[in-house]
Amino acid sequence: MTAHEPSLPEEWELVVGLEVHVELATKTKLFCGCENKFSHIPNTLTCPTCVGLPGSLPVMNEKAVEFAMRLGRALGCEIHPSVMARKNYFYPDMAKDFQTTQYDQPTNADGQLALADGTVVGIERAHIEEDAGKTTHVGGGGRINDATYSLVDYNRAGVPLVEIVSRPDIRTVEHAKAYVSELRDILLAIEVSDAKMEEGSMRVDANVSVRPTGSDELRTRCELKNINSVRSLGRAIEYEARRHVDLYTNGEAPRQETRHWDEEGGRSTAGRSKEDADDYRYFQEPDLVPLSPTAAQIAEIDASMPVLPAARRARLGERSSVADEVIVTVVERGQDGLALGAIEAGADADKVLTRIQNDLAVDDWSAVTGESLAMLIQMETGGELTATQAKQVLGEMAAGEHGGDPKAIAAAHGFEAMESDELETLVDQLIVDHPDEWSRFVGGDDGDRKKMQGFFTGQIMKATQGQADGRAVAQLLGQKSAG
Amino acid sequence: MEWSGAVSLGAMTQRITRDEVVHVARLARLSLSDAEIDEFTGQLGDILEHAADIEALDVGDVEPTSHPLPMVNVLRPDELRPALDRDLLLSQAPAAEDGQFRVPPILGEEP
Amino acid sequence: MSALDLASAVRSGERSAVDVIDEHLARIDARDGEINAFNLVTADAAREAAAAVDAAVAAGKDPGPLAGVPIAIKDNMCTTGVATTCSSKILEGWEPPYDATVVQRVATAGAVMVGKTNLDEFAMGSSTENSAFGPTKNPLDTTRVPGGSSGGSAAAVAADFASLSLGSDTGGSIRQPAAFCGLVGMKPTYGAVSRYGLIAFGSSLDQIGPFSKTVAESAALLEAIGGHDPLDSTSIDQPAFDLTSVLDRGVEGMRIGILRELSGGEGGVEGLSADVIARTNEAAAALEKAGATVVEVSVPSATLGLSAYYLVAPAEASSNLSRFDGVRYGLRVDAPTTGEMMTATRTAGFGPEVKRRIMLGTYALSAGYYDAFYGKALKVRTMMLQEFASVYADVDLLLTPTAPTTAFPLGDRTADPMTMYVNDVCTIPSNLVGHPAISVPFGVGDDGLPVGVQLLGPALSEPTIYQAAAALEAAAPGQGSLS
Repeated sequence: MTAHEPSLPEEWELVVGLEVHVELATKTKLFCGCENKFSHIPNTLTCPTCVGLPGSLPVMNEKAVEFAMRLGRALGCEIHPSVMARKNYFYPDMAKDFQTTQYDQPTNADGQLALADGTVVGIERAHIEEDAGKTTHVGGGGRINDATYSLVDYNRAGVPLVEIVSRPDIRTVEHAKAYVSELRDILLAIEVSDAKMEEGSMRVDANVSVRPTGSDELRTRCELKNINSVRSLGRAIEYEARRHVDLYTNGEAPRQETRHWDEEGGRSTAGRSKEDADDYRYFQEPDLVPLSPTAAQIAEIDASMPVLPAARRARLGERSSVADEVIVTVVERGQDGLALGAIEAGADADKVLTRIQNDLAVDDWSAVTGESLAMLIQMETGGELTATQAKQVLGEMAAGEHGGDPKAIAAAHGFEAMESDELETLVDQLIVDHPDEWSRFVGGDDGDRKKMQGFFTGQIMKATQGQADGRAVAQLLGQKSAG
Repeated sequence: MEWSGAVSLGAMTQRITRDEVVHVARLARLSLSDAEIDEFTGQLGDILEHAADIEALDVGDVEPTSHPLPMVNVLRPDELRPALDRDLLLSQAPAAEDGQFRVPPILGEEP
Repeated sequence: MSALDLASAVRSGERSAVDVIDEHLARIDARDGEINAFNLVTADAAREAAAAVDAAVAAGKDPGPLAGVPIAIKDNMCTTGVATTCSSKILEGWEPPYDATVVQRVATAGAVMVGKTNLDEFAMGSSTENSAFGPTKNPLDTTRVPGGSSGGSAAAVAADFASLSLGSDTGGSIRQPAAFCGLVGMKPTYGAVSRYGLIAFGSSLDQIGPFSKTVAESAALLEAIGGHDPLDSTSIDQPAFDLTSVLDRGVEGMRIGILRELSGGEGGVEGLSADVIARTNEAAAALEKAGATVVEVSVPSATLGLSAYYLVAPAEASSNLSRFDGVRYGLRVDAPTTGEMMTATRTAGFGPEVKRRIMLGTYALSAGYYDAFYGKALKVRTMMLQEFASVYADVDLLLTPTAPTTAFPLGDRTADPMTMYVNDVCTIPSNLVGHPAISVPFGVGDDGLPVGVQLLGPALSEPTIYQAAAALEAAAPGQGSLS
């Protein structure tokens, strides 16, 4: 039961793998003690090592290694002994004209990422490497092909990265986007990166190909770069997949190449053809020694792993029967701890989750506790408060009114649910006072009924200063119109 | 003095072809004249011919040693060290502007 | 006067460091025009440093064990604000913003740098004829080469321009020039001396080491520069050596093996001249007379050393030299695009031997050839390590000639690279396995020029090596070295 990408014809299936580069939030760079931060002043966070001055040497940052292993374990990877390697190519943002990375012996391999809907995407590897500097192209509109000259800043050179390579298991655009946001949530939960696509601390490249639905071949894929947001990711994959389908449909085929995503133009363009499709001449980095993690280190990492988003969702899922989106929202907002607290204090799980999802979309809800929320839910269930009243009370609890105590807040408003005969008396009076509207309600079409229901409800709310229970009103109206 | 361990002077072997020399020079960002290509083809061929004893070796089970030292896990604490003075760094640059290294237009996408 | 006596005299105030430096600067003035040992003489800075030594002595402060000793530094080691060129046009005039660790350590020891010495460009060569700034002549016979690549450092000591000098040894570049110039030259265990600030040639092979007239001076200098450096990941975690205290112990009871394959034995390397073999045998006899047991041992893979080296070293070098691209420092030849600029710069900046090795190395690492060449050479290294290990189970040290011949005439070997490469046949194995080795002068050849014999030991056996070297030195026939 594989999902099918809706933007493609039935007979074509999407095959996507994502390569995500994550900047690790260490204090210093991967191989030197230069500060790992963004600076507007170029070339001020540099030293002989990260500028690759002749004679300089790298020394590995222990925190970067720890973060990389933590990341790997959070993605269910096996941690291996590893070696660093040189990837040789000439480019001015590479201070040494080679990148120190990992090649055939990466730190992490063979993991998986479970999406919120249960889809599992395989993780091939997550390896450690250093970042390059930044080039700016001056003149001719800032695009590389029209520049009159370029400038290079090495502040970013040597920043520690982990490159996470997924298997080509992604079949829909929505899954690709979900992969990225789930990955981001995990990275934040384990505190190894701030993972902001717009700031470049998380960079996503997409490898896109298509194939006949149901087959297991892997056709020519294109790598898309310059994707700066989750939204762009969706647009880029959709565009590229259709481009491939169109080519095949016309009896042609895509070329294996790296393409640049143009968000403004809504299309991908071919990079310059590289005749020397680079031979990187990988070999083991002789200036560094291998990494050999101990079982104790890995155990320590596992022991201190926080509860990851998937597990947090599962915790709520097994206790309630609300829709997935409700749980996803609550966990995304970080309110699952609160929900669990309320549930443990005895409140009905579905009611807790629904109330949080609907009425607690606020920035600061720190004044609400599991106990106070449970109390509120019980007050509503027990009839002390109407739904509308409960919503209002919750709002004031979050704002810290009356120390966040629901009983005190309700008392201060003089809230008490209306007696149902009081309400009935009111409804009967209104029916007498507004006979035309009542006949329209009883005998009109759906549109009329809706409108008139609104009319009567509004009148009742006016008369009771909002204290009537909307559902009770609807029920009464329904009863009286039937009878 | 006879150097029988070495290959005879000037022998042109087919160990490496002219095209391979041109390809390798391009990978290494070196531009060679025709005469240099010929010369290097011969010389590199001689050297590789000498290395044929390695090529022919049957070392199936032997593990490669990248490093004479058996060390692992050399790490440093995640602590700040002073950066280089930027003016000092750029004073040695062939061209600089606005605190950055200035280079001619970079054509061709990054790999 | 030996460096140790000089230091003693300066420390006691008997001689002024400034006088000592002036004496040496005068000799440099008089004769370096002919010898060309130096790329740069740092006369003013030397006088300043010497004055500081004298001031320290006058103030009753400890000026260091090598106080006032004039030392020359090979021009591939970084010296702050002092041109460091690697004898290449591509780095002509480059002034590093930092010091190599060894440069700092010799300064801390009180030694005074008199200048930067000439070398084969980027340390690639065995005669110092590959320098972009002209060859260095052998002070003992100026029609001859001083050896290489550290020819300038060797000549500086042989001509008494400095008492001591530092060189670097990747395939024999300290030991062979020491043999050619009648000096003691030592390559330490890989990792015993920091490579931070040494402009890299073959990263898994390079080591910095001392040149001196005597074994005792060599020991003192190695003590000053060795020991762990946190800036070099390949630096062994151990303190500096203690060598001086073992120099008088003699070789009674030591077992010394003549390494058959490198000493003219059957099945070994060819081309060792008869007089060199004779001196080596005499050295063996002298050690026996002094109480050692001398046996013949075999390391069959030693004959593969040359081939393995000329794959491993150029491969690493081809990557290490990529950074010389005209972007950040050194020579730039302008061109319309950065790619063209890089090519034009490297083409103009590198000499033919450097280009040859870069191409050889690039080829050995390239797709399709890695396994056959570089990959296999790494396996030869393993074989050598295993064979040496089993030989050292039986003997303490090994003995071989240092170089196949005495110093050859300038221009003799420049037409065919292979004839130059075979110079390293006896010295290369210790670089490949990372073992220490020393060259000690022992008699002269048929042409009256010095012959050096080599003692090799297992990793970190420097004390044993120096112990035996001192005994060898004591037993050596009188030679025509200047002193």
